[in-house]
Amino acid sequence: MQLGFLVDLHLCMGCKGCEIACKVENEVPLSTWRLRVKYVDVGMYPETKRTFTPLRCNHCANAPCERICPVSALHYIENGIVNIDKERCIGCAGCIMACPYGAIYIDPETQTADKCTYCAHRIASSMMPACVVACPVEANIFGDLDDPTSNISKYIQDHRDTRVRKPEKGTDPHHYYVGGGDVNLNPLVSERVEGFSLFNELKHLPVGGHH
Amino acid sequence: MHAAIEATHAVVTLDVGLPSIVWGWIITMNMWAKSIGTGVIFLLFYLLKKYPNEAGYLRFPVVVVSIVFIHIFLLFTVIDLHQMFRFWHIFTHPHLTSAIAVGAWIVTVLVALLFLMAFTVFIKKNTEAFDKMLIWAVVLSIPVTLYTAAIMAEATARELWQMPTEAVQMLLAATLTGSATLILMGGKLPYEAKRDLGIILGLSAAVAFIVYMSEMVFGPMKGEEVIVTLQAVKGAGAYTTMFWIGQATAYILPMVLVLLSISSRSESLLKLAAILAIAGLWIVKHVWLVIPQLLNLS
Repeated sequence: MQLGFLVDLHLCMGCKGCEIACKVENEVPLSTWRLRVKYVDVGMYPETKRTFTPLRCNHCANAPCERICPVSALHYIENGIVNIDKERCIGCAGCIMACPYGAIYIDPETQTADKCTYCAHRIASSMMPACVVACPVEANIFGDLDDPTSNISKYIQDHRDTRVRKPEKGTDPHHYYVGGGDVNLNPLVSERVEGFSLFNELKHLPVGGHH
Repeated sequence: MHAAIEATHAVVTLDVGLPSIVWGWIITMNMWAKSIGTGVIFLLFYLLKKYPNEAGYLRFPVVVVSIVFIHIFLLFTVIDLHQMFRFWHIFTHPHLTSAIAVGAWIVTVLVALLFLMAFTVFIKKNTEAFDKMLIWAVVLSIPVTLYTAAIMAEATARELWQMPTEAVQMLLAATLTGSATLILMGGKLPYEAKRDLGIILGLSAAVAFIVYMSEMVFGPMKGEEVIVTLQAVKGAGAYTTMFWIGQATAYILPMVLVLLSISSRSESLLKLAAILAIAGLWIVKHVWLVIPQLLNLS
């Protein structure tokens, strides 16, 4: 079994329901996120478009975070999920430096690394990840990539515009996007200005919540 | 900024706050102290081979300096951990694909050897056994000084840090600070030995400077992320001033001072070069550590 995620960006409307569901399900502390939805506005008025991109851990087959972790706190489980053992983590932040997707953070409460686990605890109880359940338009598709009859496998077969983030890194992500372009998936093609923007203040935060 | 931004006018308008600098000055201290701790071992080996009689008195003080700086390096390594009292997990649950774990094991062996060497030369007065152990200390010091480069290479997210380049820079940092420290410690050495140390210092500075300048000029021709990362040290970049202060202090001024000291046989100029190199290396290391972390990854 190889579990994977796919987000159909044609369907995502940026409601952030997945973000909130993840926060609640996993008790993610303030100022940290396992899953977030990024808005990028494209074009000049009146020719403008807003894109929404849910971003989470990619559960790479060749995960740099798993490789650099000195104590195997980050490890694979049999269904392909890159899981984390917070009791073993020493908080060296090597995984944060290694992850090319910025998907790992230091939990300010436990002072250990944390990230999306595809809700491994729910999957162990035969439930879907919280973000999948919360999505009102079924933009999040989750399933077994090794099973050609699974929804996710069929979706990949049916959509030629399936992409992953940063394929050049050689991480072999198990997280796919349909309908995403560079603006969605490459952070370098959009401008990110610190300060108040649409509704919130974009900025960099102290690592580990020391504030 | 990336050319595509002008074409698409894409602006992030709603997102969360991203983590700022993850590895800061504490890790800079780590790399800087480790360069001194291993560098003095390399240069002691050289001096004992070339000037066995005149440099003999340096055996014990150099090992003590190495022990002190390796422990500074270890102290800053541990205090940077968010769960520092779990550092022993590296020994009970080591993950051997991680340069962090492998490096920690090797440096532990090196520390034990250094203490044994100090005991051998200071208590037992056995210089022959010391010199045999010094060979193993040199062998162990090579991976110890290189393993931070391996950690940087395993940091897939940071394209500026490439393994061959960082490995060379780590070795040069060790020879730079090792020669500089021994210039400051070797008051009783003959002029020829001090001149040799000065030449090693000057050459280390010259090669390291060339490597940095090569990365500055040619790195952006290969990688999109390198272009963005190096903007922090170019033009009005946030770290441009600090970068050039570091390059001048660690490399340019020591190179000039070494040349002047050799032409004038001035030991004062050599000592000034040594002090500048040691201080400047901290700045250089810090800038190179921090700027890839300014890159937005998501």
